[in-house]
Amino acid sequence: MAPLRFFGVALGTAVAVFAAGAFVHNEYLYLAAYTVAQYIVLATAWNILGGYTGYVNFGAAGFFATGAYTSVFLHKTVALPLFLMIPIAGLICAVLGLAMGYLTLRLRGVFFAIATLAMAIVLHTLVVNWSFVGGARGAYIIRPREVMLFAGYSQYLFATMLALAAIAVSVARWVEHSRLGRGLAAIRDDETAAECSGVPTLRLKLVATSLSGLLMGFAGAPFPYYVGYVDPAGAFNLAYGVNSIAMPLIGGMSSWVGPLIGAVLLGTLQQVLTVTISSAVNLLLVGVLLVTFVTVAPNGIVGLFDKLRRKRGGRDG
Amino acid sequence: MAEPILSATGIVKTFGGFTALDQVDFSVERGERVGLLGPNGSGKSTLVNCITGTLRNDAGQVIFADERIDRLSTHQRIRRGMARTFQIPRPFHSMTVRENIEIALLYAAGPADSEPRRTTHDANADDAMRIVEEVGLHKKADERSGSLTQVDLRKLELARAMAAHPRLLIADEAMAGLSTGEVDEILALLLRLNQAGVSIVMIEHIMYAVMKFAQRIAVLVAGRKIADGDPQSVIANPDVQKAYLGE
Ligand SMILES: Nc1ncnc2c1ncn2[C@@H]1O[C@H](COP(=O)(O)OP(=O)(O)OP(=O)(O)O)[C@@H](O)[C@H]1O
Ligand SMILES: [Mg+2]
Repeated sequence: MAPLRFFGVALGTAVAVFAAGAFVHNEYLYLAAYTVAQYIVLATAWNILGGYTGYVNFGAAGFFATGAYTSVFLHKTVALPLFLMIPIAGLICAVLGLAMGYLTLRLRGVFFAIATLAMAIVLHTLVVNWSFVGGARGAYIIRPREVMLFAGYSQYLFATMLALAAIAVSVARWVEHSRLGRGLAAIRDDETAAECSGVPTLRLKLVATSLSGLLMGFAGAPFPYYVGYVDPAGAFNLAYGVNSIAMPLIGGMSSWVGPLIGAVLLGTLQQVLTVTISSAVNLLLVGVLLVTFVTVAPNGIVGLFDKLRRKRGGRDG
Repeated sequence: MAEPILSATGIVKTFGGFTALDQVDFSVERGERVGLLGPNGSGKSTLVNCITGTLRNDAGQVIFADERIDRLSTHQRIRRGMARTFQIPRPFHSMTVRENIEIALLYAAGPADSEPRRTTHDANADDAMRIVEEVGLHKKADERSGSLTQVDLRKLELARAMAAHPRLLIADEAMAGLSTGEVDEILALLLRLNQAGVSIVMIEHIMYAVMKFAQRIAVLVAGRKIADGDPQSVIANPDVQKAYLGE
């Protein structure tokens, strides 16, 4: 399917999901579904660098929070409408991704992962000490009273995040099938061999970190309006970093489908658990699932399906 | 005669305190077939690494097609028209044989640092299939390269290097482990490439292959070049005999 047509289908799906939600008339459901959509964006963004390129980013929370605090800053200064804040937050996070790439991409494997974690900690410290955006105390964000075309602000937020999910998944799928994606896969498999096949590895890795950052910024930008009150503990929450890794891993990292499946399943399950038991159980669940998948099905749910299909298809594997 | 396609002069490479290459000069004329010999650990692969940029030389310079390239990154050198195989195969293991070759077609093939000649998907697939057939891997074109045997992996190395459409191809023990029949096939393939204008450097321990193939032979021993000339006289050289056959 051509990338534009796929985007059409993705957007159509988003609209259908939103329309289905309109029948339910339940504020809580909107907010829960918003969280799931937000994780689709985050997991998909993470996978462009982690799954396609093979560089594990532990700092997703840093990007997410940078997107969120960009909105806080803009809210307090120029008070743009949200749909304009999102691209700005995305661009800032893309630049952050580019900078992180320049500083750390010469590091391999575990050292890269540690560096991304360190970056998130540095950003966290900066925000804690930056009183203009609320510092450690946090900042209240007053939602606009009404928005055009939507019954309420929650609906509007949900629709926005669904659209962002459609964009993220379409971008990921396009990357996967493009010359860029082939190059990223070569880097993931063997960087030296990739260079020797003419792949400009450094440049492509910087494209991957920027693109991944851009989409994470998108995910974070509406967050202040979603929660109404942002503090560093919330925006830099461990859950963002952990889920960004766990969802692609559980879904499958080799294609755009994996993070989508992972985010929908794990995200929904977490929402259910939060209501029925407590939010503390979420991380425990993620931990258990992670261990299970890493040991039993390292290629995720998509990998399990592939295996099943091949078995049914017959001999050659 | 025209300038050589490759001219490396005074190449020095040290690892810690150990000198792997000590003032090595090595050149290849346009269209020439050169054999590079030397005992294990004499620095042959290290020289290839310095030429292609996988390693940075500590001193000396590398000129390729009239341009100094030893400060360029590897992919830039490859795009200027050189290709190499790895002695220890380095396949893109998650990809099929064909996809491995397509990477080089997508990224290396074509004039220096511009868009590649072939961008359409079909042209690439056809081209990849032709190369796969040439090295005799057509039955395994859609197998994942991670599951290939060592021998097939060497063929894949060669195929991927060919897909870069190089002007200079450096084959680092591309034939190790192959049967005599297969060696002859690969030799014929390399000769055909050479006839099409590709200069070729062959690093090989299989003596008869080198003697059959090379127009000139250079010999490295312990990081120094001890001989360089026409095959017969190099083989007859007492220093070479001493290094190779033991005293
Ligand atoms: N990256 C490296 N770090 C440290 N030492 C190295 C490195 N690469 C090569 N060497 C050393 O440099 C010397 C030359 O190695 P090289 O691989 O170039 O030899 P070679 O002539 O290709 O041998 P062979 O015929 O076994 O392939 C060896 O002593 C080797 O141990
Ligand atoms: Mg060697």
